[in-house]
Amino acid sequence: MVAVQMQDDLRRVLDDEGKLLQGVKVPQLSEDTLGQIFDVMLMVRVMDDRMMRLQRQGRLGFYMKAIGEEASHFAVAPLRPTDWVFPSYREQGAWFWRGYTVTNFINQLFGNELDPVKGRQMPVHHTARDLNLVSISSPVGTQIPQAVGAAHAAKIMGKDDVAMTFFGEGTSSTGEFHVAMNFAGVYKAPVVFVCRNNGWAISVAANRQTAAKTFASKAVGYGMPGIRVDGNDVLAMIQVSTEAIDRARGGDGPTLIEALTYRVQGHSSSDDPSVYRDPHEPDAWEKRDPLNRFRTYLKHIGLWSEELEAGITERHNQAISDALAAADKLGPPPIESMFEEVYEEMPWHIAEQRDWLLRQARTKSPHAH
Amino acid sequence: MPVISYREALNQAMVEEMDRDPDVFIMGEEVGHYQGAYKVTQGLLQRFSERRVVDTPIAEMGFAGIGVGAAMVGLRPIIEFMTFNFSLVAIDQIVSNAAKIYQMSGGQFWVPIVFRGPSGPAVQVGSQHSQALESFYAHVPGLKVVMPSTAYDAKGLLKTAIRDDNPVVFMEGETLYGTTWEVPEDEYLLPLGKGDIKREGSHVTLVAWSKMVWTCLDAAKVLAEEGIEAEVVDPRTLRPLDTPLIVESVKKTGRCVIVEVGWPHAGFGAEVAYQVQQHALDFLDAPIERVCSDDVPMPYAKNLEIEVQPQVEDVIAAVKRALYLA
Repeated sequence: MVAVQMQDDLRRVLDDEGKLLQGVKVPQLSEDTLGQIFDVMLMVRVMDDRMMRLQRQGRLGFYMKAIGEEASHFAVAPLRPTDWVFPSYREQGAWFWRGYTVTNFINQLFGNELDPVKGRQMPVHHTARDLNLVSISSPVGTQIPQAVGAAHAAKIMGKDDVAMTFFGEGTSSTGEFHVAMNFAGVYKAPVVFVCRNNGWAISVAANRQTAAKTFASKAVGYGMPGIRVDGNDVLAMIQVSTEAIDRARGGDGPTLIEALTYRVQGHSSSDDPSVYRDPHEPDAWEKRDPLNRFRTYLKHIGLWSEELEAGITERHNQAISDALAAADKLGPPPIESMFEEVYEEMPWHIAEQRDWLLRQARTKSPHAH
Repeated sequence: MPVISYREALNQAMVEEMDRDPDVFIMGEEVGHYQGAYKVTQGLLQRFSERRVVDTPIAEMGFAGIGVGAAMVGLRPIIEFMTFNFSLVAIDQIVSNAAKIYQMSGGQFWVPIVFRGPSGPAVQVGSQHSQALESFYAHVPGLKVVMPSTAYDAKGLLKTAIRDDNPVVFMEGETLYGTTWEVPEDEYLLPLGKGDIKREGSHVTLVAWSKMVWTCLDAAKVLAEEGIEAEVVDPRTLRPLDTPLIVESVKKTGRCVIVEVGWPHAGFGAEVAYQVQQHALDFLDAPIERVCSDDVPMPYAKNLEIEVQPQVEDVIAAVKRALYLA
C-alpha cells in the first residue's frame, strides 16, 4: 500500500466530492478560465486513451499516460507566457495549456517528417521553444538544475521571469534534485519545484524513495517553503502555484510543491503494475479522480452539462483523428536530416559522413571521421 | 610583442569577452572572492561584480546544470571546473544534455556554454586529480573539445569558444598556467578545428596537444642535434579535428609519432592513428608509433609519477623506432 496518507497539512480547495471547502484560499479564476481548464483536462484524458490504444495496436512504439494526475499539470496555469517550464515526461496538460497543438503532439509521437524534434527523441519527449517549454530529457532530474539556471539567468539579465520544473517523487532521490534545491535556496532563484508524488517510481513505492514523512519536508534543509497540496484538486494546485510563483517573482526565492497524486496505471506502455502492486490499490484513488472532482465542482456552479462535455470530447476526438489521418500521409524524416543540428555549423567530418551516405544509400562510410 | 603567461592569456580572453558581451558570465567553485583556484579568474569579481562572477556551492552537477539551463534561455555561461577530474560528477549534464539539446530539440534550443578548467596530470596529486579525460569528451558528437598548448593559442581559442553557439569543453594544461608565449595586444581569434604547426621538420611528424606539445618540442631540439628534423603538429582542437593538417604533414615526412599524456587504451591517439593510416597509408614508411602514459592510475610518489608519463626520452625513442634507427 502507498505509504503517503492524506494529512492535515495538505492544501485543498475541493473535497473528494468536488465541493468547495470552507475557510480555504480559492484561486480567482474567470468562468472562461475554468472552462479552459476543463477543456485541457479532457484533452489529456482523451489523448492518453487514444494514444495508448494505438500503442496496444502496435501503431505507436511507446507512450506514457497521465491518467489520474492531470490536475497537477495546472501548476503552470498562473505562469506568464514569458516564464519557463522544464517539464518531466508526464505533464501533457502543461503542454496543451500553453498552446502545444494536437498536430505537433502526434507528429512528435510518430517521429515523422513534421515532428517538431525531427524524429530524434522518444515519444512524449516534446520541445516547444515558442511556448517556453524546454526539451524533455530521459535521464530523470537533469531538468531540475537547468530550471534553476533559467531562473538565475533571469536575475542576471534583470528580468522578472520565473522558471517552473516538474519531476516525480522518485526523482527526488537523485543528486540533481538535491544540488538544484540547494543552489536555488542559496541564490534565492525565482524557481518553483513541482514534485508530482504519484506513489510509484515504476515499481518502487514512494516509501522506498525516502524515509522522510513527506517530500515537501525536504525543502526545510534548503531554506525554502515546502507545500503539500492535493495534486488531484486542480483549484488547490493553481492556488498553491500562484502563491509560489508570486513569491518567486517578488524576489523571495524558490518553493517546493509536493503534489500528492497517484499513478493509476502503469509507468509507461512498457509497464505492467499488476506484477508489483495490489490491483485494488488504485480503487481508492479513482474516487479522488481529478477530472471527476473538477467536473462535479463545475456542475455545482452551473458551468457543466453533459452536452457541453460531449461537445468538447467530440471536438478533441475529431482533432486527434484529423491529426492522425494527416500523420498517416507523412513520411519519415529525410535521411540527411540526422546529420543536421549536431552542431550549429556542420563540421567537415559530419558533412563527409552525410555525403557518403547519400551516395551509398544504406552503407556506412568506412568510419569517415 | 608582449610575452604573457597562459594564465594571463586565459584571463584576458574572459575579460575581453565579458566586456564585449553582457550575456557572458562565469560560475564555479572559488572563481570570485578567491580569484580562482589557479588564479585564472583574477580580478574578474572586482571588474564584473557578483552578478556575473558567481561563486558556487561545491556541486559540479549543480552548476554544470545551472549553466546549461542559463545557456538555453539566452546567456553564454563559462563554467569553471576546479579540475576536469571533477567534471565527472557533472558528466550527465555535459554529455547527455549540453551535447544533445540542440539535436534533441530539433534545433529549437542551443547551448552556448564553455566548460573550462585544468586537465591532465599536474605534480603529485594522485590518481583522482591527475586524469587526462580528453578522450572521454572527444568521443561525444555535439561537443567541441579544445586543448591549447600555449598562451597565444589559449587566448585566441577561448575567445572563440565563448562566442561559439555549441557547448565547448576547454581543457587547460594544469602545468601550463605559468608557461609564457608572445601574445599580441590587439584582439585576435583562433578558429576551433584548425591545428597549428608548432615546429617544422621533414623527417617525422609528432602529433601532440596541450602539455605534450612542449615535451615534443623539447624532444625535437635533442633530435635536431642528431640531424633529425621533427615536425610538431598541434591539432589544438580534438573535436572537430584538423585531420587534413596532420595528414599533410605525414605525407611530407612519411613517419608519424602520436604523443599523449592520457592512457593508451581507446585513447585519442588511436583515432589520430586511424585517420593517418586511412588517408596517408601509401605515404607511411614505418608503422605509426604512439607514446602514452602507462595503463595504470597515476601513482603519487614522484619517481613513479614521472615513470608513468611520456618523457622527452620516450618521444626520442619512439621517433628512432619510426626511423628504424633503434
